[in-house]
Amino acid sequence: MGGFLDRLLNRDSKSAYQAKERMRMVLIHDRVNMNTNTLENLKNEIIGVISRHVDIDSDSVRIEMTQEGRQQRLIADIPLKPSRRRGSG
Amino acid sequence: MPGKVITITSGKGGVGKTTACANLGAALASDGLKVVCIDADIGLRNLDVVLGLENRIVYDLVDLIEGRCRTRQALIRDKRLPELYLIPAAQTRDKSAVSPSDMIKLCDELRGEFDWVIIDSPAGIERGFRNAIAPTDMALVVTNPEVAAVRDADRIIGLIEAEEKGPARLLINRIKPNMVKRGEMLSPEDVIELLAIELIGLVPEDENVLTGTNRGAPVVLNGKSRAGQAFRNIAQRLRGEKVPFLALDENGGFLGKLTRMIRTGGR
Repeated sequence: MGGFLDRLLNRDSKSAYQAKERMRMVLIHDRVNMNTNTLENLKNEIIGVISRHVDIDSDSVRIEMTQEGRQQRLIADIPLKPSRRRGSG
Repeated sequence: MPGKVITITSGKGGVGKTTACANLGAALASDGLKVVCIDADIGLRNLDVVLGLENRIVYDLVDLIEGRCRTRQALIRDKRLPELYLIPAAQTRDKSAVSPSDMIKLCDELRGEFDWVIIDSPAGIERGFRNAIAPTDMALVVTNPEVAAVRDADRIIGLIEAEEKGPARLLINRIKPNMVKRGEMLSPEDVIELLAIELIGLVPEDENVLTGTNRGAPVVLNGKSRAGQAFRNIAQRLRGEKVPFLALDENGGFLGKLTRMIRTGGR
């Protein structure tokens, strides 16, 4: 966690910190056999499908892999745009 | 009560599987338990030299599995510890000479006579690993606080779970407390968080491991060695005893306690 204390103590410049952050990403992708490219394609397809039904703020969409124990999760955060009909009156 | 089979594995080579196998075997046997260590690294026999038994080999694991000798003939008794035995790997064959069901059959027989059967798995994720894991009751994954070893440990943990042999326990070997303190080595907390499995032991880097190996004497027999104490603690945990863990609290408390523990020989 790149918290305030880490920055204060300059921990994030240490090699162990870099090793941990790199391994965090590597292991997530190893475990589900998915690389950044696949994740990007997945994100674009999800945006495509959802936009056909509802207006979304496609620039703010976040799709991330997270870890809970040894369980991997795909978390999607898709902000919706306010309805145009109501907005334009 | 039938004996328990544990498999020592890692994925990556050179992290200390054979050392862990020899030392846990010696630690359990010095407590009076009957132990057999099986070298499952066929073609790359090593556990015999680490235990100092290389001159006593007549029959090996493949001879036993292929029926060229009886079990008793393949068991080599340790020089120092009368309760410790070794079944050496074959040096001139390859891993395909043994199958997972051969290992299950052999271990079922050994469970009747021994309290502990400790299998030294070869590196890699191929046949040799599958042979070593097939009969296991508990898999110990050895890793070092180093990126390649941690990544391979993660692969192995996944395979152990897929084979329904989990949950695996983690043994972090060759920790350099001073480097951890300087932020230049992954800390035990970092490795545990990344791999997300239960810890069974932390072993500091210790020159006595190499000097012990040079002589063919496991480091647990050296009362002054820090690594020896760490392996003795792991052996006690395997027996279900609650040996206080080196506290892994947040703000470097682990290092202080590890250092104190090293100075006082674990008491």
